Amino acid sequence: MRLFYHLGRYSIFLRRVFAKPEKHSIFFRQVLKEIDSLGINSLGIVLIITVFMGAVVTLQTAYNIESPLIPRSTVGLAARDSILLEFSSTIVCLILAGKVGSSIASEIGTMRVTEQIDALEIMGVNSIGYLVLPKIVGFLLIIPFLVIIGMGIGVLGGWFAVTFTGVVPTEDYIYGIQFSFKPFYIVYSLIKSVVFSFIISSVSSYFGYYTKGGSLEVGKASTIAVVSSSIIILLFNLLLTQLLLV
Amino acid sequence: MIEIKNVCKSFEHKEVLKDISAVFEKGQTNLIIGQSGSGKTVLLKSLVGLHEVSSGSILYDNRVFQTMTNKERKKLRQEIGMLFQGSALFDSSNVEENVRFPMDMFTDWSLEEKNERVEFCLQRVKLENANKLFPSEISGGMQKRVAIARAIALNPKYLFCDEPNSGLDPRTSIIIDELIHEITKEFNITTIVNTHDMNSVMGIGDKIIFVYKGEKHWEGTKHDIFHTHNEQLDDFIFASKMFKIIKDNF
Repeated sequence: MRLFYHLGRYSIFLRRVFAKPEKHSIFFRQVLKEIDSLGINSLGIVLIITVFMGAVVTLQTAYNIESPLIPRSTVGLAARDSILLEFSSTIVCLILAGKVGSSIASEIGTMRVTEQIDALEIMGVNSIGYLVLPKIVGFLLIIPFLVIIGMGIGVLGGWFAVTFTGVVPTEDYIYGIQFSFKPFYIVYSLIKSVVFSFIISSVSSYFGYYTKGGSLEVGKASTIAVVSSSIIILLFNLLLTQLLLV
Repeated sequence: MIEIKNVCKSFEHKEVLKDISAVFEKGQTNLIIGQSGSGKTVLLKSLVGLHEVSSGSILYDNRVFQTMTNKERKKLRQEIGMLFQGSALFDSSNVEENVRFPMDMFTDWSLEEKNERVEFCLQRVKLENANKLFPSEISGGMQKRVAIARAIALNPKYLFCDEPNSGLDPRTSIIIDELIHEITKEFNITTIVNTHDMNSVMGIGDKIIFVYKGEKHWEGTKHDIFHTHNEQLDDFIFASKMFKIIKDNF
């Protein structure tokens, strides 16, 4: 029953999120601030995750292909497809659900328990629209760039791995990542990341906004936001994969 | 003028406010007093619309709040200034940006006009050379002054203060009280202050309402309060030895 309660309240919440902003100039300023705060500040972690992920996927693939009948370039191809299809979008977004999601939930939750949201409401400001819409729009706008950078860095991570370990000749790896390339995989990954970024920003904002109590509850809201966002991302990953790759 | 008529408020099955009626006059500092948990904050939050009342009505200069459309409520809210218990300043904005916020949201003034108004408001609350400081860098008393400056930024008709002295030393409390009182008279605002600080009651209480267990138990001025025969009010006011001594010598 709690699920239906949250679904209903989340729908009402979203309706208020997409109300017309009070002032467009302030809204655009807020969006730029959020692009910096949620996106640019996440670039470091995206780079670290994807470079290591790319390297590990490449090495694991290489060590698991022992048959002399399978060309060594398959390592590059398998690593590229794994990075493009799954790691650059789903895994990066799951990590960002932790970083960005907890940051959003705790920021809005703290504003709630310190009555800053009440102050906005008293002034006649649509607090949900003012606080949440710039976060959603900002994160939606920046996520494709993070994912594309993640893709490039992941493939580069694989190249580092094969170059330094010599498990596969570099030429084979480079041939593999170019072989049978499907541009749709990038589109698929971007579509997923945009959906995931909406889930992260809106679900985390929702749990932060309805925090009740004090600092302990802010921490709890932050944890619930991360867990819920992650589960919803996994669910939508399954759904979108079925819908887009059939 | 704000008038409340038979206001009741319940949370699930718990009745927090029971049939409260009162009139708060313009240009007066109206105090709502009562013990912690008596329903003062719920009453104040119901007055400003942060809680919807279960029954009864709230009238802002004869405009019934309950029957207003969202648009009308929004317009009314721009006539309201509120000082919260914990100041409720925006952490990510500095003092100047906090005071300028309502102007940014609701006026088409130029930056120069807004800055002029910010300077005026900060000078009015006697806070200078703090424009670029963040809330975390200033004292509790200064935070209250910034909150007052923000509350008066758009020349409100109604000012609500929820325990303005909470967490302040006695001297700063008196300064904040006097500031609220001066602003009320100067701008002819209807001010409602929630407090359980007896210094505030004796200092600025033009009109006082005593709330006990969600009911209005007494109404009068700071001069009447010493002659009350209301048992609960008597217990509340003369809880401290100092006030008992004052009463005995009165």
